[in-house]
Amino acid sequence: MEITVQEFKHCDMITVKGRVDSSTAPQLAQALEAANDGGKYKLVVNMADLEYMSSAGFRALLAAQRNCKRYNRGEVVLASVPDRIREALELAGFTELFKTFDDSLTAVGHF
Amino acid sequence: MLRRLSISTMHSVRFAAKFEFLDEIREFVGEIARTGGFGDKDVYNIQLATDEAASNIIEHAYEGVSDGVLDLSCGVEKEAIRIVLIDYGEPFDPSAIPMPDLKADLSDRKIGGLGIFLMRKLMDEVHYEPRDDKSNVLTMIKRKR
Repeated sequence: MEITVQEFKHCDMITVKGRVDSSTAPQLAQALEAANDGGKYKLVVNMADLEYMSSAGFRALLAAQRNCKRYNRGEVVLASVPDRIREALELAGFTELFKTFDDSLTAVGHF
Repeated sequence: MLRRLSISTMHSVRFAAKFEFLDEIREFVGEIARTGGFGDKDVYNIQLATDEAASNIIEHAYEGVSDGVLDLSCGVEKEAIRIVLIDYGEPFDPSAIPMPDLKADLSDRKIGGLGIFLMRKLMDEVHYEPRDDKSNVLTMIKRKR
């Protein structure tokens, strides 16, 4: 798994590549927490090159969404979610908790 | 007859019960599922269910244990894949875990139970059996559509 962070004027984009499971999810959680620690609560998680995500990754996203939405200071949105991952997120009832966008630029434009 | 056939086509590997082997665990079942004729979507879901099962064992059955092992067996019979995970840790019955409330809003959403929920949704059958010899046997079956 590989994470890159890109700053935009109104949000940060966190791009996650590769596979997120119980072994790698802590790194994703750390990246999301680091953004919050830096005062960034409007976050796009770009999944275009994400191959796999287990519930360990879902939990990291849920924790970040809770923290970002507190005091209405922001939110986590998802961009370019691959089909298999979208289906698993739907099964887990997570698609109701996150706005999703077909591409990362539209997601950035949302903020 | 069917039982004998299923045993003969099972492949088994012992893994150290550590998260770092989840990649290999997914590869192992993915390869067998693919070779056995499952399509991409089913292969992904079989890998996800197995990952969730193994993650639960590592996290809960072997909580605080650093040298646990996980025996994984997998095989495709004519119309179904059978995955068996055996651990020797604390009994951990997935059916004892309450289902997560998927309608709960953000603040009430529970973190736990999601892995087991996915296992049950993605596979056709999930059975758990703690045995007298201190092993716990989790069997999952998915049939071809």
